[in-house]
Amino acid sequence: MMREWFKSGTPWIWLNAAAVSASLIIVFGLLLLIAVRGLGHFWPADVVQAQYSRIGSQPERVIGELVETEVVSLANLRTAGFELDSKEKFINRHLLKTGNRDVLGSDFRWVVDPYLSDKQFPEQIMVLERREWGNFYGYLKTIKQAGKVVAEGDKSRPELQQRMERVLDLQDQIHDIEKGAIGDINYAIERLRLNQRRLELDGENTPENLQALTVERKQLEKEYATLQQQLGELYTAINRDSLTAEIMNGQTVEIPLAKIVRAYMPNDLSLFGKIGLYISRLWEFVSDEPREANTEGGIFPAIFGTVMMVFIMSLMVTPFGVVAAVYLREYAKQGVLTRTIRIAVNNLAGVPSIVYGVFGLGFFVYFLGGNIDRLFYAEALPAPTFGTPGILWSSLTLAILTVPVVIVATEEGLSRIPRAIREGSLALGATKAETLWRTVLPMATPAMMTGMILAIARAAGEVAPLMLVGVVKLAPSLALDGNAPFLHLDRKFMHLGFHIYDVGFQSPNVEAARPLVYATALLLVVVIVILNLAAIYIRNRLREKYKGLET
Amino acid sequence: MTNSSDSAPNSLSRKGQYNARNIKDWLTGFGMGVGGIGVIVAIVLIFFYLLYVVFPLFIPAGMHKLADYPLPARNAGQTLHFTVEEQNEVAVRFTDKAHAVFFKARTGEVIQDISLPVPAKNSTTSFAHGQLSKGQVVYGLDNGKALVVRYTYKITYPDDKQLITPQIEFPLGNKPITVDRRGEPLLQVSLGSDDEKNTIVALTQDKRLLMVRLQKAESMLSDEDEEPRYEQSIVKLPAVEKAASLLVDNEQHILYVAEQSGHVTVIDISETDEPKFIERVRVVTENITISRMRFLTGGISLLIGDSTGVTTQWFPVREAEGFRLKRIRSFAMTKGSAVTDLVTEQRRKGFVTANALGEVAVHHSTADRTIMQKKLADEPPAHITISPRADTLLAEMKNTDFQFWHIENEHPEISWRVLWQQVWYESYEQPGYTWQSSSASNDFEPKYSLVPLAFGTLKAAFYAMLFAVPLAIMGAIYTAYFMTPVMRAYVKPSIEIMEALPTVILGFLAGLWLAPGIEQNLPGVFSVLVLLPFGVILFAWGWHNLPANIRNRVPEGWQAAILVPVVFLIGWFSIGISPLLETVLFSGDMRQWMDKELGMGYDQRNSLVVGIAMGVAVIPTIFSITEDAIFSVPKHLTFGSLALGATPWQTMMRVVLLTASPGIFSAVMIGLGRAVGETMIVLMATGNTPVMDFSIFQGMRTLSANIAVEMPESEVNSTHYRVLFLAALVLFIFTFMFNTMAEIVRHRLRRKYSSL
Repeated sequence: MMREWFKSGTPWIWLNAAAVSASLIIVFGLLLLIAVRGLGHFWPADVVQAQYSRIGSQPERVIGELVETEVVSLANLRTAGFELDSKEKFINRHLLKTGNRDVLGSDFRWVVDPYLSDKQFPEQIMVLERREWGNFYGYLKTIKQAGKVVAEGDKSRPELQQRMERVLDLQDQIHDIEKGAIGDINYAIERLRLNQRRLELDGENTPENLQALTVERKQLEKEYATLQQQLGELYTAINRDSLTAEIMNGQTVEIPLAKIVRAYMPNDLSLFGKIGLYISRLWEFVSDEPREANTEGGIFPAIFGTVMMVFIMSLMVTPFGVVAAVYLREYAKQGVLTRTIRIAVNNLAGVPSIVYGVFGLGFFVYFLGGNIDRLFYAEALPAPTFGTPGILWSSLTLAILTVPVVIVATEEGLSRIPRAIREGSLALGATKAETLWRTVLPMATPAMMTGMILAIARAAGEVAPLMLVGVVKLAPSLALDGNAPFLHLDRKFMHLGFHIYDVGFQSPNVEAARPLVYATALLLVVVIVILNLAAIYIRNRLREKYKGLET
Repeated sequence: MTNSSDSAPNSLSRKGQYNARNIKDWLTGFGMGVGGIGVIVAIVLIFFYLLYVVFPLFIPAGMHKLADYPLPARNAGQTLHFTVEEQNEVAVRFTDKAHAVFFKARTGEVIQDISLPVPAKNSTTSFAHGQLSKGQVVYGLDNGKALVVRYTYKITYPDDKQLITPQIEFPLGNKPITVDRRGEPLLQVSLGSDDEKNTIVALTQDKRLLMVRLQKAESMLSDEDEEPRYEQSIVKLPAVEKAASLLVDNEQHILYVAEQSGHVTVIDISETDEPKFIERVRVVTENITISRMRFLTGGISLLIGDSTGVTTQWFPVREAEGFRLKRIRSFAMTKGSAVTDLVTEQRRKGFVTANALGEVAVHHSTADRTIMQKKLADEPPAHITISPRADTLLAEMKNTDFQFWHIENEHPEISWRVLWQQVWYESYEQPGYTWQSSSASNDFEPKYSLVPLAFGTLKAAFYAMLFAVPLAIMGAIYTAYFMTPVMRAYVKPSIEIMEALPTVILGFLAGLWLAPGIEQNLPGVFSVLVLLPFGVILFAWGWHNLPANIRNRVPEGWQAAILVPVVFLIGWFSIGISPLLETVLFSGDMRQWMDKELGMGYDQRNSLVVGIAMGVAVIPTIFSITEDAIFSVPKHLTFGSLALGATPWQTMMRVVLLTASPGIFSAVMIGLGRAVGETMIVLMATGNTPVMDFSIFQGMRTLSANIAVEMPESEVNSTHYRVLFLAALVLFIFTFMFNTMAEIVRHRLRRKYSSL
């Protein structure tokens, strides 16, 4: 019976089915993994406190968030230098995020389960998210103002809350001045310097002309001085308060409130409190700037850079892609040559993206950009303006990379429009151009949309070519701001995909940054999956729509 | 194009409007034509631009004469050595009458004629230059003393104009240094120097070989301006019969003595107190003599020109009993004519030889080729020199006129052999394939073998395909042919959407999640491979034997859905028993066990990780195209087969797969093209070391990752830059070919289906 069963081929069909199941598990497993790790990061985890007593050393107190648990064999642990007298062959090992990198040396610590005892979740444990040195875990002791203790014990908690609000408010003001006003002045001064250089190059550096510039510069420098003074005052105000707290090894440390972003006691939070904190952290992630070499804080500049770059790219790629497709389908003589071109265009979509990056770097950046600099930005030389990687070149490179996608999609849409519609229009006396504008193109709009969406989805996820033509790990200023001419196409930008690569692989503290990378990846995946689903949906709608006409 | 307008009504009242329409029509057509062709040309431009950048690598070198003039300051004596400085403006000539004559390199106009402080009663008997980039020369005198001279150039910009002022200095003092206390004339000298010490080796008239080592004395006062003091020691070296010329290497560790008999004797002089004889090697065959011996830049390789016009390269190679001088390769000029002069470039591993027929030849050692050969005159040049940038050749002819040549030789280090064949690099034990493109020092020998990169690319693609092809094709077979349409409508887009997943995310997961995961659960990963097929078949058998009423609740074509939990559980189980397996089978640590028992090293970011991650990236591509090909096999074929009594599986294997096989082939090709060009996954999931090891537990570096890593640092239009473009061009052509092949096959298939 079994032989017969095998002979019928059924087992092989099952095996093939298993391949589908495995593929599905991989797809959804990946998405789930990213989603869980990415979203989980913002949840304020409970902080555990326990006694950790290793054989042969003093018992110590450990405090931290449980990050992960794994099973290790006793043999492996023994070779790693742990002395254990356990009967079990396999032992749980936990990774604790203990924070306090400034005191303990690292953020994480592996602990072996059998050594742990007296686990508890004290409500008083406080977590501080800091601007430097990562998270802090410990017990709040006192609040100090200008070095004097103003609150102690139970009273310090409400006091901290209140003073944190003040500090955060001051922080906002400082940020506004530093990034906003002072940034603007620096930009204006740099403009003046370039103007002066321009005058020198043109031989028009007459005393009158230079005088005007000097007056303007004096004015700016005066403004700058006032702002500096304001800043000085704000800094004195913000550095007034500090707190002291006890960490897990019993040491008491003092932390200025100015260095704290957020303070909370996770074990004491209600569910709603946790949800509130979760939302606030999520919001910080998408709307704030990165901190600590990108390993903490938000990713707003990366989101902004990605969107901006993709936007400029789609402005360029859509019209050109559509024109090329219309030409190939409607105007070019259909023959061997057109077919060859079509295959070639199709194949270009399969050329490795890094090749486009190399092309973009050589042709756009060094050749085009270098010449533009020589012609129009001579005053800034030898510092390059367009002769260096930047957002414009990135967009152009990706436009070339994705133009085959738009061409192919648009052509497919055009080919689906029945001949009868074109012929009907022509028969009624319309010219070819009118037929194109009034009937063919409107009907092909969804196809163009599909093409554009697919192009955007591809561009948003592409990283390799961007590494050559314009992306950086930390861009000091966005490509769009309040300084004329507002849009700065020569600037470098940050990108979500590159952010993942950079933070995940180049950052000094990969372990601490990992949740952030998952969250960034999740954001990118969500955007791209949505774009693709939209493209698929539009394509299906389109097919349905013309099915009736084709008969 | 305009036939539609011909048929339009042509009444007078509408004429204006008609014309406007006509013009608009024409304009649209024109615009579309220009735009369309423009876009297509722009795309094609990529290929030609890459070619344009790569092309100079293969342009042959050339040289042309810019000037000739009579010997500057003829009375100053006969030339012993001459060089030209960086800007090709000023040259210096050292003569046998101990004069340093600085002159304009382009015109021969004398700038300065300096008489060196050799006592009037003495004369010079020998001469040598040290490392060219240091600008030091040494004169041996007839009283057993030697004088070390340094020439430098000071560049100033008075009135915004460049002015080069030559200077003569005496780094060891302007009094000659005693080499031979007996005062015998020095017939040969050689000089080696660095910041700490100087070494002069000399051969006296009575055949003694002497070494003077001047070690910089520790200064008590840390006064910068103070003249450095040297501790001087004179050592007698092992005697060498019939020594012809001497060379001290840059590090002053080794002395090479060329002999008239065609041998080179190697002496270890690293320890001042006890010089050691190392070996004596015959470097030319019998009856041939050594005519020149020089160091290639870097001071590792010896270049030996002989009386037949052949130049050979030698360097010490590590062997069991220590370093031994080995003949590496040879360079020929016109046969039979002796090498009369040999000069090396200062920044590249190139050199120029001159022969008795008045010819010069430019060679490059790593590239193992003679780049060009040119006849300067009918008589042999007495001396030649090449500028630090290697773009100028100065030659002094026998009848004492000077020639100034410009050389265009931008990329001598690239040849087919360098890129694709084994090359014996300096200090390597044997020839090999190596990619090592840059280093801080000028003396570095760049290693541009594309072989390890191409190998890495193919290795990564191979393991990716190994993972992806079975899964994708089997999945496609099931989805297209056995799966119920309801489920197919969801499954197909789900797998296809994975294609859009940015590879940077797959790379990140591979590097930070999968790589450590696999390292921990190595036995589990392999047990999945074994358990999965068996488990599935076992489950199928069990399912087959279930009572019909349970079995029939799930209609045909939903097997994949039932199997999802089964596959998941098998995977879970395999990972779960991983530590157990490791303890039982591999004594606790599989990696250690492999290392000990199989001699396989384990790299955390290895090919297995890349294979899986890149496999995941190409599964959707292969799956989607294969599925389309199978699904569009005409139904009457399968119905016919089924009607004749074949089982669905037989129909699948014998009819459907056969018909769809070109489509599957094209799917695999396109998948391969994608795997070959993928950058981010390999960048993040491998160690990026360019090794040639096919082991699945080792990493690799691919062409694409190499471009991503090195391109931003490479200098525009340098050889390195162009080689990276070449790598991009190789990738381009490779993938374009694969894709075109696949596309043509697919077109054929489509036509075949429509005819069926």
